[in-house]
Amino acid sequence: MQGLDFSTVLPYTDLLLKGVWWTVVLTTSSAVLSFFAGILFAIAVLYAPAVVAYPVRLFMWLFMGTPLLLQLFLIYFGLVQIGLDIPALGAGILGLGLHFAVYNADVLRAGIVAVDPGQSEGARSIGFGRWQTLRYVVVPQAVRNTAPPIGSNMIALLKESSLVSVIGIAELVHAAQLAISETFRPFEFYITAAALYYLLNLVLEEGLRRIEKKVEVSR
Amino acid sequence: MDFSLMQRVFPFFVEAALVTIQISALALILGLAMAALAAAAKLSRSWVLRAVGTAYVSLFRGTPCLIQLFVLYFGGPQIGINLEPFAAGVIGLGANIGAYMAESIRGAILAVDKGQTEAARTIGFGRAQTMRLVVLPQAARLMIRPLGVNTVALVKGSALVSTISVVELTYTAQRFIGSTYKPFEIFGVAALLYMIIVYAVARTVDMLDRRYAQV
Repeated sequence: MQGLDFSTVLPYTDLLLKGVWWTVVLTTSSAVLSFFAGILFAIAVLYAPAVVAYPVRLFMWLFMGTPLLLQLFLIYFGLVQIGLDIPALGAGILGLGLHFAVYNADVLRAGIVAVDPGQSEGARSIGFGRWQTLRYVVVPQAVRNTAPPIGSNMIALLKESSLVSVIGIAELVHAAQLAISETFRPFEFYITAAALYYLLNLVLEEGLRRIEKKVEVSR
Repeated sequence: MDFSLMQRVFPFFVEAALVTIQISALALILGLAMAALAAAAKLSRSWVLRAVGTAYVSLFRGTPCLIQLFVLYFGGPQIGINLEPFAAGVIGLGANIGAYMAESIRGAILAVDKGQTEAARTIGFGRAQTMRLVVLPQAARLMIRPLGVNTVALVKGSALVSTISVVELTYTAQRFIGSTYKPFEIFGVAALLYMIIVYAVARTVDMLDRRYAQV
């Protein structure tokens, strides 16, 4: 048993901050991907012909019933298997993005169904096409109504982004591991990483609160 | 698809699935206990207890479960806590899900109509009696579904203990993907077993919910 010494963390400030930066990049890119892919999945499940809708449903069902970590291994090694040699960061963004797209799609599907049918009838009767009706009338209202659950998915995404350290992406956990391999002080570095995640989480929650308020006002 | 490979590795995965079930079940018991304590603390009249409960829930929900496991398993020895991977997994997962379950329990208790408490107090029930005889029985029904959602998340989250070398489903999958280079086949086998466990949990929750929550 050795005494704890948090001053060992200080020389690694740059490394850890770089880790924070990549965690932010990773989370933001996956969040954007999960949002738009989520909308596409929801529309596919609801309106696409069966040949498209059923595979999407199967995919959603599989990704909701299995752990993210397992999916990351599938995507990381699976992409190489099918001859796509993309860097680990790409695989991480794709994995996180698809995983949360499925959860967003599940929420958005309910949100789309809940939009008053009068809205799309109105849009169609003034000459909007089917796609235009979805794009300009139905989906925006569904997104607005489902902002809180999508927000909590994004909070989960930030925390789960720590998992991509296992496929070697140099984000916050990976940075901490690198420092630990030199200092042999896991407790200090993991606690520091936890504190940094906690801060990021607070910032994200505050940001989401503002977005939700804005959405609330524009209703 | 290499089905013969899937057949060959299947027995290893069944064994691993039993570890996943074991670790999830033990973490569930620990998590429920911690959640009940934390919910009670957050609803207590003492500000010290409220602060402790709030700190626990906020810290464990505000940081990644993976980091919590790492602090416990890799950092533990530095402060005199030496745990086997399995024990660290149970404690880490249990403490993490406990924070989420505490909010499910607290939410259910707060969702019981205030009039119930007021009426009980008016006819002379004490605070504890009101909670035990009037509020909790009604809250218990309301918490079945949210706690069920937490439990499904726990089963999927148990994959994280593969990183502290507990030989469960995801660890086994990772090892076989590494040795066979057949990620799709191996994912298929692991996914099948996860789906069976998750589906069984979801059906049990549905059954309990139908039986007790629909009045």
